[in-house]
Amino acid sequence: MAEREYDASRYAPPAEVEEMELPHARGFISKYVWSQDAKVIAIQYGLTATAIGLVALVLSLLMRLQLGFPNSLSLLDPGSYLQFMTMHGMIMVVYLLTAIFLGGFGNYLIPLMCGARDMAFPYLNMLSYWVYLVSVLILVAGFFVADGSTGAGWTLYPPQAISPGTPGIDAGIVLMLVSLAVFIVGFTMGGLNYVVTVLQARTRGLTLMRLPLTIWGIFMATVMALLAFPALFVAVLMMLMDRLVGTSFFMPEMFAAEGGTEHQGGSPLLFQHLFWFFGHPEVYIVALPAFGIVSDLIATHARKNIFGYRMMVWAIIIIGALSFVVWAHHMYVSGMSPYFGFLFATTTLIIAVPTAIKVYNWVLTLWQGNIRFTVPMLFAIGFLFTFLNGGLSGLFLGNVTVDVPLSDTYFVVGHFHMVMAVAPILVIFGAIYHWYPKITGRLLDDTLGKIHFWVTFLGTYAIFYPMHFIGLEGVPRRYYAFGETTFISDSVQALNAGITVAAFIVAFAQLLFLFNLAWSLRHGRESGPNPWQATTLEWQTPHTPPRHGNFGEELPVVYRWPYDYSVPGVKADFIPQNVPPQAVEREPDAGRGGDA
Amino acid sequence: MTVSLILIVAMMAALVGWLLRQSIAERPWVAASGPQSAPLPAGFTAPRVGLLAFLAVVTSVFALTVSAYLMRMEMGADWRSMPVPGLLWANSTALVLASLALQLAWRAAARDQARRLRQLLAAGGGFTLAFLAGQLLAWQQLEAAGYYLVANPANAFFYLLTALHGAHLLGGLMAWTRVLARLHGNADAAWLCAGVELCALYWHFLLLVWALLFGLLLTT
Amino acid sequence: MAIAIALILLAGGSILFYFLSPWQLTPLASNWGAIDQTITITFLVTGAVFLAVTLFMVVALIRYRDRGQRRAHYEPENKRLELWLTGITTVGIAALLAPGLFVWGAFVSVPDDAHEVEVVGQQWHWSFRFPGEDGEFGRARNGLMDESNPYGIDPGDPRGEDDVLVNEPHLQLPVGRPVKMLLRSKDVLHNFKVAPFRAKMDAVPGQTTYFWFTPSRTGEFEAVCAELCGIAHFAMRGRVEVVEPERFDAWLAEQPTYGELVERGPGDPEAGQEHFAACVACHGPQGGGQQATNAPRLAGLDADYLKRQLRNFRSGARGEQEADRFGQQMRPFAQSLQDSQAIRDLAAHVETLPVEPTRATIVGDLRRGEVLYRSCASCHGDDGTGRNAHKAPRLAGMDDWYLVRQLHHFREGIRGRHPRDVYGNQMVDMAQVLVDDAAVRDVVAYIGTLAGDGEVLASSNNDTEE
Repeated sequence: MAEREYDASRYAPPAEVEEMELPHARGFISKYVWSQDAKVIAIQYGLTATAIGLVALVLSLLMRLQLGFPNSLSLLDPGSYLQFMTMHGMIMVVYLLTAIFLGGFGNYLIPLMCGARDMAFPYLNMLSYWVYLVSVLILVAGFFVADGSTGAGWTLYPPQAISPGTPGIDAGIVLMLVSLAVFIVGFTMGGLNYVVTVLQARTRGLTLMRLPLTIWGIFMATVMALLAFPALFVAVLMMLMDRLVGTSFFMPEMFAAEGGTEHQGGSPLLFQHLFWFFGHPEVYIVALPAFGIVSDLIATHARKNIFGYRMMVWAIIIIGALSFVVWAHHMYVSGMSPYFGFLFATTTLIIAVPTAIKVYNWVLTLWQGNIRFTVPMLFAIGFLFTFLNGGLSGLFLGNVTVDVPLSDTYFVVGHFHMVMAVAPILVIFGAIYHWYPKITGRLLDDTLGKIHFWVTFLGTYAIFYPMHFIGLEGVPRRYYAFGETTFISDSVQALNAGITVAAFIVAFAQLLFLFNLAWSLRHGRESGPNPWQATTLEWQTPHTPPRHGNFGEELPVVYRWPYDYSVPGVKADFIPQNVPPQAVEREPDAGRGGDA
Repeated sequence: MTVSLILIVAMMAALVGWLLRQSIAERPWVAASGPQSAPLPAGFTAPRVGLLAFLAVVTSVFALTVSAYLMRMEMGADWRSMPVPGLLWANSTALVLASLALQLAWRAAARDQARRLRQLLAAGGGFTLAFLAGQLLAWQQLEAAGYYLVANPANAFFYLLTALHGAHLLGGLMAWTRVLARLHGNADAAWLCAGVELCALYWHFLLLVWALLFGLLLTT
Repeated sequence: MAIAIALILLAGGSILFYFLSPWQLTPLASNWGAIDQTITITFLVTGAVFLAVTLFMVVALIRYRDRGQRRAHYEPENKRLELWLTGITTVGIAALLAPGLFVWGAFVSVPDDAHEVEVVGQQWHWSFRFPGEDGEFGRARNGLMDESNPYGIDPGDPRGEDDVLVNEPHLQLPVGRPVKMLLRSKDVLHNFKVAPFRAKMDAVPGQTTYFWFTPSRTGEFEAVCAELCGIAHFAMRGRVEVVEPERFDAWLAEQPTYGELVERGPGDPEAGQEHFAACVACHGPQGGGQQATNAPRLAGLDADYLKRQLRNFRSGARGEQEADRFGQQMRPFAQSLQDSQAIRDLAAHVETLPVEPTRATIVGDLRRGEVLYRSCASCHGDDGTGRNAHKAPRLAGMDDWYLVRQLHHFREGIRGRHPRDVYGNQMVDMAQVLVDDAAVRDVVAYIGTLAGDGEVLASSNNDTEE
């Protein structure tokens, strides 16, 4: 192929992105505290989410202690068990996973990967973080009020969430609801930023189909979150009114031994519909960014283009759209009209098809690659395996008939921890190992990283895989203790003890990780600008870590998709997105090859 | 949930359709070919796209509340519809006028007629405040007539919907105050025009929402 | 490399685990074998996919690991392959879905010959209702419930007259006859689950839900609650006994109807006074309790609880264990009461006895006791006066030495383990919260400070906290 004549205008239209005026930081406070730099906001989000996530981790250990070694601590009574359970679930799903993927990785990566100087509305972006922090503080306040935080379960089902018999129905539940409302307001501020930045502030030449899958995942998740969180918002408002004013949106007529409040006619199922209308998309709000990030990790570390990029993009879009019509699969045995079961089982299993395609494309990307077993790659492989397992167990629960005996058992606990707790968290770890050098200029320690990976990967599998089977036997979830039953075998107790031990080991490994984060900040090996030889724009910044404004004097121009790895005929095994075709160094004797 | 489903599916379909149109013919791995035009039509500035996205969120909020309204109506046997106070007609007129004033203000801003802009902007805000005051008055009338918040889900929804709508208008008034402040601080015309435009669009949207809510309250 | 080996071991181990694990579906006891089959099909399909994808990945990881010699193959996409994979997946998914929907079709259509049982859930126990001879349930509503009408049956509805009430969490069902379970809840969400029956459903306050099944073999099965319903969720148990139809009919005939209960009314305290004469020797003239005879205070206990305990003593559900020496002494006395009328009268009489303060004999850490008592308060009330609706007796003002002994008995399963002591089972589970003897003393000492009506009794415990 003859060398084409290079004409810049063919590849990149004239600047459509105006130079934005950045509110540059003047002192320490405006640089690190009231910062409007998306990168700093990302770190703030990340650290806050990690801190609250550690609280949730400790809560889970306390629960494990009770389950593994019942009644060994008197601080664990049935009430506090439910409180720990509720807070653990809500924190992990909303305040850790949602916040760290969208607020953390979204903020850091969207402007950099889109070749933008910053988010579209930096001030709003800053506000988003502080509102998030307020919501976290309100949530934490629940631990310190007289009757403690709410123990309603993370689903907060009425009437039980605000009726006698549940801990925290005075202040705890109110704080939880207010905190969620505040979180949603804060998230909306951030979310608008992410969407607008991706749609509007991409650099020249960066068409939608040249976006890294990370951005696709985060973008689609944000769109879904913007549309789905209002359902939770409305439900929260209505429940607050039921609780504080005494309306009967959700509260039915009840017989209350204590006298109780006067409600009538409300529908608990209405809440469940609203909750899951948010709750199911929420699963994908957490999963899609993980899908996106893991695609990029695999491509980079296998030195191969992601297989079937277009299919991957469409799968993300289709999963995002379909996830709005599957919510009632959480309600098969809720008492809603059982005829809905037909519809929702069908939509639910349809969504498995694009998800399966994603899995195929990941493993097909590995095929004929040149796989480097770096720590991020290990975590990505760990994700593939865990997600495969968790996704397949979803086929049990999505299929209405199969779900009937399995719902509300440990099978469900095992399934959702695999698919939406362990799998995304493995991606978060992989992503941190991958982008830490960009954020700090230093690599995380490799040996510690490998230990961290092996303990976490094997440990979590040992924790959650056996749970499916005790669920099969019928062991119900959300039980403080199992007492003596006729159908639960005695060996379940031994298993629970084992799981608890595993949980403590895994938790210990996370301390190692935190140590690694802190230690490598000073002592890690210097990474240089592009340690993984990656193609995407964040690795092409003139400074590492990137300064405010990201790209120095001039914004990069994009000439290619982000997966130009091992292009035939080209000397290097990767071509950064901003390298123009005529600047690509070719093999001396390479006559044919792609259009690179 | 049908209402929210239809709206959200419509919004998702619009987005998905647009995304697919962008992508279907592309061969992303080819570096040198393919349409390289701006993916968004000209005129889609960041604030406009931002507003559009925000309106989608607000649509979702109201659609879901209305869905809850319709579902609750069916699910409980205790629904007793509430008479809609006649005052709401007057309030609606005020909101229409506010919307109209802002529309004209936008035109004035585009033509750089500062005095007219100031007057129209003030009128828009004034009518909006009148609307909000009228809504409060309507609440009081209802309370006085014995239609308490807790007495019946129909009442509770009436208060919830009007409060949600009012809160969104209040948020709009905050943006409006900002524009007004800039106007006195002699900001540049382009910025002002963009700001007034966003206000006007937002008001039109909330007028539409109100029309639908009002219709819903009248018919059920 | 290590990761490839780990994956193959994990995948193989996971499959082996399925075959070797001691935890399998409980032996089926209903007609829903089809549900088990759908589970098996899903296991087969997902297991095969799991193994195939993992193996593919393992081969890729081994063959294409970076050895510094070759480059990755460049292939942006492969339409044919992707279409094939999509097609095969769609077929596989359809193969999983179709049987599921088919069985679901059976699940939602109740056979015409099914008899109906109403299951009423409440914090934290079950009760049941049969439609009686007319085959129809009387209208019922939560707002109509009170102590004399625990089902909230509309007294104006003639169909309710003959409804058979089983006011304890113990149900019998005839084998081989399809049954439609209608679920109601008095307060929050519950879920009536019997693992070997497979089918289950939530009970939602304000509406009636249902599921159906046919018990396929006789035996006793445990019912649990499978929807979080508050702090004693884990202790919300019941029993379903599947019996031969004749036995079922006999059992059903023994149960009172709503009409009979209304007619019967409360016991006669006057008549009860005669029976009470036999109790005085141990329990004291006013039923105030005597530590010397190891007889606890009776005054202040509600009639419901007294009747239940007397029946338990009579039937041997309580006091049959060697370790419960004083309980054993109680049994002949209880057996001396001729019939249930005598028990009702006696209980009614005890309700009239005055409640006088008791003397504290137990010292403990009140602050810790207060924290521990939170778990008790949900049923026995913040003030310790007991809640009949929760089947929880009065604690405040009761003899503390007696409370300590009973808590020990519950903890060790000396009391409450008997299958006929239907609410005692819960106390066995709840008493586990008290992890040691000190905890028992602390909570009892705290209960000693509860006067019953929110008023705090002057107690000598305050200054002797050790």
